[in-house]
Amino acid sequence: MSIIKINNLSKSFGNLEVLYNISFELEAGESLVLLGRSGSGKSTLLRCLNGLERVNTGDITVAGHKMDYESSKLRLLRNDVGIVFQQYNLFPHLTVAANIALAPRLVRKVSKSDALTLAKEVLGQVGLLEKIDAYPSQLSGGQQQRVAIARSLAMKPKVMLFDEVTSALDPELTGEVLDVMEKLAKSGMAMVVVTHEMAFAKKVSDRVIFLHNGRITETGNPDEIFSSPKTPEFKTFLGAVG
Amino acid sequence: MRSFGLNEIWYMLQATQWTLYLSILTFVLGGSVGFFIALARCSRSRLLRAISGLYIQIFQSTPLLMQLFLIFFGLSLIGFRLPVLVAGSIALTFWASAFLGEIWRGCIEAVPEQQTEAADSLALTPWQQLRYVILPQASKIALPPTIGFFVQIIKNTSLTSIIGVTELMRASTNMNNATFEPMKVLAVASLIYFATCYPLSLISRKLENKLNVDH
Ligand SMILES: Nc1ncnc2c1ncn2[C@@H]1O[C@H](COP(=O)(O)OP(=O)(O)O)[C@@H](O)[C@H]1O
Ligand SMILES: [Mg+2]
Repeated sequence: MSIIKINNLSKSFGNLEVLYNISFELEAGESLVLLGRSGSGKSTLLRCLNGLERVNTGDITVAGHKMDYESSKLRLLRNDVGIVFQQYNLFPHLTVAANIALAPRLVRKVSKSDALTLAKEVLGQVGLLEKIDAYPSQLSGGQQQRVAIARSLAMKPKVMLFDEVTSALDPELTGEVLDVMEKLAKSGMAMVVVTHEMAFAKKVSDRVIFLHNGRITETGNPDEIFSSPKTPEFKTFLGAVG
Repeated sequence: MRSFGLNEIWYMLQATQWTLYLSILTFVLGGSVGFFIALARCSRSRLLRAISGLYIQIFQSTPLLMQLFLIFFGLSLIGFRLPVLVAGSIALTFWASAFLGEIWRGCIEAVPEQQTEAADSLALTPWQQLRYVILPQASKIALPPTIGFFVQIIKNTSLTSIIGVTELMRASTNMNNATFEPMKVLAVASLIYFATCYPLSLISRKLENKLNVDH
């Protein structure tokens, strides 16, 4: 059963056409890596999947929700779709525990003690239980990003979206975040990952999509696509990222 | 002819109470209205934004003194003669609400948009986002300029002396008329204003610096 289904998605910002005629499906439990040069439309595509951007045309179904921009419908979809951003976007005025507990408390109406249990559980998953009472500003970038992942996981999402979550990190901190994501993928979480980490893409993903100027230029499973790239654009891209 | 002595200074200090009451009342009422003005300015509804924008412009683009005259003399011309204290409070409240509304709009907008996006993505409603994510951060940013504006309120309550509110300025004028010692009277009045406002300005600046360091 597919957890994401996109049909003929097109998106423009004013006159600027950013995504053309995108169609793909992702099966439950699979992880998809989105590759492409800067400006190729990766973030926009990802943000279309949880309704942060509105498409001009096309049908989107994610985790059983057909995309509908009516706000209560959109919230139902977002209940099941987690997203992690490049800049972490933790709430700086709240402790780690409160960051994680906020949405379950407000949206899922989880009790205070259950929310705390939940926070401990997801912090355990990302290996940061000891930071439960810290404020985001007291954490390293890698730790903040792991808390951001934990915050999403606390909503028990059916799909996780990752937008270049290691790009803002010092190289020595990317590993800890990628490890968490790899574990998550292995546990059967459906994920869409925008990344420039080729090793991660090769090792973890089930599917790869290469976007070029807003079009799906090449797609396939990682074994094929990396060993025998077909289009000159993808060859050039692989040459550039190494 | 009275001479300017301790009794006169005492009289001015008594009147300073009214300066402070009026300032606090203006701040509380103006702040309450201004809070909703700020929310309306940041609202998704174009109509609300337009109305609140016009409201702010009207009170920011006309002198407070004129607003005071309109409410006191203007209303009494058409038959509503308000007590001076009430007229003064109303005019100051309108004026302060417009300025605080604009100041706080800026503070709300200073919270990075990514915060809203993160909260949005976690399926919080717009009100929950405002209440639990935006306002706590905005109010921290708002503290220094708000204290700074409170100083403006204290100083501008002096305008109500013109319609007859016996606050510090009016009391000073009374003492001047009684003693004909304008330099001494004004020196004492200035000293009282300064002693009230300067510490607040200092706190505001300290908080401002602290905020800049934290970020
Ligand atoms: N909010 C926006 N308004 C206008 N143009 C945008 C906006 N967001 C992205 N774009 C443009 O859309 C294109 C794709 O951007 P993006 O999806 O961020 O690419 P990527 O994530 O692959 O670097 C770029 O040309 C970018 O300038
Ligand atoms: Mg991007």
